Amino acid sequence: MEKHVVVIYPHPDDESFGAAGTISKFREEGVPVTYLCGTLGEMGRNMGSPTFANRETLPEIRKKELIKACEVLDIDLQMLGYRDKTVEYEDRNEVAKHLKGLLEKLDPSLVITHYPEHAVHPDHNALGAAAIEAVRLMDEGQRPVVWAQAISRDYPEVLGTPDIINDVRKYFDKKMEAILCHDSQAGGILGQIKNYQQMNSEDRDAVVEQFGTERFYTWKY
Amino acid sequence: MKPIKINEVQEKLDRFVNKKVYVHVETTNGAYASHFNDKAYNVGAYVRNANVTFSQAKIVGDGKVFRAGLKMEMGWIYAEGLTDWIIEDEAKLLLAGHDREGRLMVALQISETPFHY
Repeated sequence: MEKHVVVIYPHPDDESFGAAGTISKFREEGVPVTYLCGTLGEMGRNMGSPTFANRETLPEIRKKELIKACEVLDIDLQMLGYRDKTVEYEDRNEVAKHLKGLLEKLDPSLVITHYPEHAVHPDHNALGAAAIEAVRLMDEGQRPVVWAQAISRDYPEVLGTPDIINDVRKYFDKKMEAILCHDSQAGGILGQIKNYQQMNSEDRDAVVEQFGTERFYTWKY
Repeated sequence: MKPIKINEVQEKLDRFVNKKVYVHVETTNGAYASHFNDKAYNVGAYVRNANVTFSQAKIVGDGKVFRAGLKMEMGWIYAEGLTDWIIEDEAKLLLAGHDREGRLMVALQISETPFHY
């Protein structure tokens, strides 16, 4: 059993879309989970559907959504204070040192982050790279295992089959509840699934297929 | 935000003329454009808290979609595709253009105090 799991992603909602099922499984086993959330998604273009946020109110709205999603998932939350869309321009080593300090305090047995260069959004790639570097900088004896999540369309061809394939259909409702906490983001990907409970069985099966499995690569140092 | 009416917004713009102001200007089609459609391009730019002074400001449009231009001593600030506006925090003028799904595509914002950063 894991001792403590730390999830490191840059945006409010990455945790819910990317790993809510895996997180729920760990919580069910009684494993503490902490989310280190890099930014507040300040530069997101989804403003709710119909629109209820604007560029200046969005950060505070997304912060509240994030806190609510972490309550639903029953996990600890730390906000790292970087700014959306700028993580890749920060000094990689400084970010890695920042994360290393946090990891040494939390002392996790497992870290979940994005797979650098295969995670589509520049913030995903940059924070994933910094997290992997942070763990590399730790003493070998203290290093947690790292699971890296790829998102790019061609990642299975480039990276091969992920070695961690979590069937999270059992936690599907919990995952949807967490995703739907991020209401301001409902105009995009969420729009299609917002009413998943009213969907016909065929469409619902497609959503379950899309969100029912979470895949990761164990990082090799 | 509410749909732009030229008279209302022009009046707000005029209040910032010849003052030292902070401007946020932005355009984006999202970080996933070419992920969802491999024929699409990811394009975007933003400037936050440019500290400028303009001597003229004008909003122009056909009643649905608007353009705004700010004339500075040594240049211009311009935004196209604006649809909605609001006064935020009592004194910050926010102009934005949204697509039919309500996603922000362009923004031009002016304030006498810095935008949160």
